[in-house]
Amino acid sequence: MLTIGGHTFNSRLFLGTGKFSSSAVMKQAIEASGTEMVTVALRRVDLENPEDDIMSALDRDKCVFLPNTSGARNAEEAIRLAHLARAASGSSWLKLEVTPDPRTLLPDPVETLKATEELVRSGFIVLPYMNADPILALRLQDVGAAAVMPLGSPIGTNQGILTAFQIEIIINQARVPVVVDAGIGAPSHAALAMEMGADAVLVNTAISVAGDPVAMARAFAQAVEAGRTAFVAGMGSRSKQAQASSPLEGVLATDLGFLA
Amino acid sequence: MTVNRLRFFFSNNHCIMQIHLNGSPKTITDSTTVAMLLKELGVPFTSVVVELNKTIIQPDSYATTSLQDNDQMELIRFVGGG
Repeated sequence: MLTIGGHTFNSRLFLGTGKFSSSAVMKQAIEASGTEMVTVALRRVDLENPEDDIMSALDRDKCVFLPNTSGARNAEEAIRLAHLARAASGSSWLKLEVTPDPRTLLPDPVETLKATEELVRSGFIVLPYMNADPILALRLQDVGAAAVMPLGSPIGTNQGILTAFQIEIIINQARVPVVVDAGIGAPSHAALAMEMGADAVLVNTAISVAGDPVAMARAFAQAVEAGRTAFVAGMGSRSKQAQASSPLEGVLATDLGFLA
Repeated sequence: MTVNRLRFFFSNNHCIMQIHLNGSPKTITDSTTVAMLLKELGVPFTSVVVELNKTIIQPDSYATTSLQDNDQMELIRFVGGG
């Protein structure tokens, strides 16, 4: 079973709650996904809709709440958001996101490392969103990250696992759980990440903007489970040469000589 | 002349002042507490976090924290996000 920050998770699918068409659809998708960890963002209250509150649609008994620091452009802003998140949620879970460039939304490695170090010291359970950089993953776990979250491809692009080579190295080296985050656009992408040995995946856009988000949540749950089972079962090694599946001995050599 | 310099008195001796609420100017009377403002805005206490001049105000202090002229106040809450 997967343990992060002292909490045990049965499901290895984490869900983002952005871009759902309604709270009702989001609630059903969460249910269908079987997830036990959902991310949320912090924003200014819309004073035109003061009662609008996502928390009322989420069941905190079933799901760990993972606030993110999206919108932060540097460590200072991320740390400020982290403290607001802790005050609002009453818990220390944090998905650290530092994205200075709104065009790529790629994470700033230096500011992410700086913020992780400080937030760990302040008692946060920090899951940093990071580029798929194996050395950075080591540095982040060294300063106390509870897990690392390398990207498959940029946020919201649905491009899948473009960073497979680096993610494999991260998984092989990591002493903390590896959660592949961002860019996972199809259940097959999630299955691939899990087959590679990722501990979990975080999916948002691919589910929330699907034609039927609830059915898609179910598809992702199945893919994550299939990928994990395959990883545990032990995948065969790859070969460039064909290897016959059927036995080569005892072939009927006379009439069917071409089989030899 | 900015509003926060334009002080004048009501008959009940309340002075008008201006704060910045979520980045926009907001005019209030000088005895307004955080609790009073949240109530006026119709924001449920439990669903928000209040930051005043970059310091988080704990809910048990809402009723005793008075707003000052030129205060920077942020009302933050969770929304859907990845």
